[in-house]
Amino acid sequence: MTCSKPGGTPCQGFVSAARQGRVRGGGDGGCMRNTAIAVSGLRKAFGDKIVLDGIDLDVHEGTVFSLLGPNGAGKTTTVNVLTTLMKADSGRARVAGHDVATHAKEVRAVIGVTGQFSAVDELLTGRENLQLMADLHHLRADEGKRVVTSLLERFDLAESAQKMAATYSGGTRRKLDLAMTLVTTPQIIFLDEPTTGLDPRSRRTMWNIIRELVSDGVTVFLTTQYLEEADQLADRIAVLDQGRLVAEGTPDELKRQVPGSHVRLRFTDAVALDAAARVLNGSTVDDASLTLQVPSDAGAKSLRALLDRLDEHSVDVEEFSVHTPDLDDVFLALTGHASTEAIAQ
Amino acid sequence: MSITSAALTDSRIMLRRNFKHILRNPFTIFNGALMPVVIMLMFVYVFGNAFNVGERYVEYATPGLILLAITYGLSATAVSVSSDMTKGIVNRFKVMNVSRGAVLTGHVVATMLSTSVAVAVIIGMAFALGFRSPATLLDWLGAIGIIVATAFAAAWLTVALGMAAKTPESAGLTVVPLILLPFVSSAIAPAAKMGQGVRQFAEYQPFTPIIESVRGLLAGTPSGGYAAAALAWCAGIAVVGYLWSRATFSKRA
Repeated sequence: MTCSKPGGTPCQGFVSAARQGRVRGGGDGGCMRNTAIAVSGLRKAFGDKIVLDGIDLDVHEGTVFSLLGPNGAGKTTTVNVLTTLMKADSGRARVAGHDVATHAKEVRAVIGVTGQFSAVDELLTGRENLQLMADLHHLRADEGKRVVTSLLERFDLAESAQKMAATYSGGTRRKLDLAMTLVTTPQIIFLDEPTTGLDPRSRRTMWNIIRELVSDGVTVFLTTQYLEEADQLADRIAVLDQGRLVAEGTPDELKRQVPGSHVRLRFTDAVALDAAARVLNGSTVDDASLTLQVPSDAGAKSLRALLDRLDEHSVDVEEFSVHTPDLDDVFLALTGHASTEAIAQ
Repeated sequence: MSITSAALTDSRIMLRRNFKHILRNPFTIFNGALMPVVIMLMFVYVFGNAFNVGERYVEYATPGLILLAITYGLSATAVSVSSDMTKGIVNRFKVMNVSRGAVLTGHVVATMLSTSVAVAVIIGMAFALGFRSPATLLDWLGAIGIIVATAFAAAWLTVALGMAAKTPESAGLTVVPLILLPFVSSAIAPAAKMGQGVRQFAEYQPFTPIIESVRGLLAGTPSGGYAAAALAWCAGIAVVGYLWSRATFSKRA
């Protein structure tokens, strides 16, 4: 594996291999990019519960595509279909140019999958888990050993390499899980909620690892419940709601459809609240909770201006918080219902 | 690499993995070997003399206790198969073009290996408690053949039960009937002395011909009829277990 530092040269072997044999161009604003994943009219039902209700997707090579949605939206089912674990009821899905239904073997040869539930062998050590993958990929003994050692180093797992995976923390386990996926060099990597349940620090580590992968030229298909995560990592985001795509676009395009970030101010009494409401234009008053919601770009400059203005008019603020749009806001804006309702229905 | 040799390599890799599991969790093999030993000591020293079986009790009971040594280890297999299925690792194998049967074969062979340890312990114990056999080398080989066939059949059925179970906890319970079955056979006491109903069940259930054929071979009086019935049962159970596990394996994502 030719690992490269961020900003370094991507693995040459991969790029040339990926360019061969596929002619479908994405036509992405003049930048020639081939399609890594093409999905049309994908449907899947379990009994009478429709999980995927006609999904169309187009993911370009070398990009990060994020499927954003709450629990039960159909994210994992989509991943399962695209990774040959599950057959769709109808529709077509091609991964790296191969039909997932008829050419599962070819698809499996070029993909790597890190599922939502960590797929590590808990009774094996970190090193043994990686060695197992190297063996199952039928790598030569010396090559397998080399790959395992380099992955342990790259993922900062060398220290815990001799410990059983059962003793690993959630973050370490996810790292091992992803390292196992990278024993060979997959062209397309599926990450199903890779940071769900991780603490903020492990989440950052995982994001950095994903960014490194992309700089190596890998295509990443990522599902997540967090708008921030999709925003941080993805070139394109599709929002999935109850088996249907309700929006697709770049993070910026998507955020334009969502109410922007705002500042929330809480006051000790109604007098202060009214005073502040008079001073700050465009704000929304909530009498019951004594709060004021003020649209803001959440930048330091505008926040300082806002506080200065309150200071000028001697308005005392009890509590001050900045809110950036989250998945709930996206859902409310795009579907007219909150993401939690999607689960209940 | 050809498909067959890839399948063999994959099975060997899976076997090594399962074997490591057993070594990491020695309680499973301990459980498989210890319980039959405890039962052996109890029956030989506590209850055995109360049964009139027409020969020394340790000689009567050893074939049945060998069977118990096979069945007691099975719950560990069922739990381990179910853990594989429910903890996501199997999906990793599935998206990796690992030979389909390898995961299953690995479990079956690992089970048979740990079973052999338990059976060896029980046979050693029997000799220590005064078991003597007039059996020839050929008789012994025959007995071992039937024991191996039984372990093979039981392992496939257990893998299927583990596959079908919803959780590892319930998987451990699904094999309880298999563990209890030898008790309702001629393993511990002759079927002829059992009550109406139970007796008929004991006479026609698979463990009775298996035990009787091993008993005959170890006593130096082999019975072709029992041996044929035993092997037929083993073949049938193994085929059902194999087909059932294959079907469940490809169905469960």
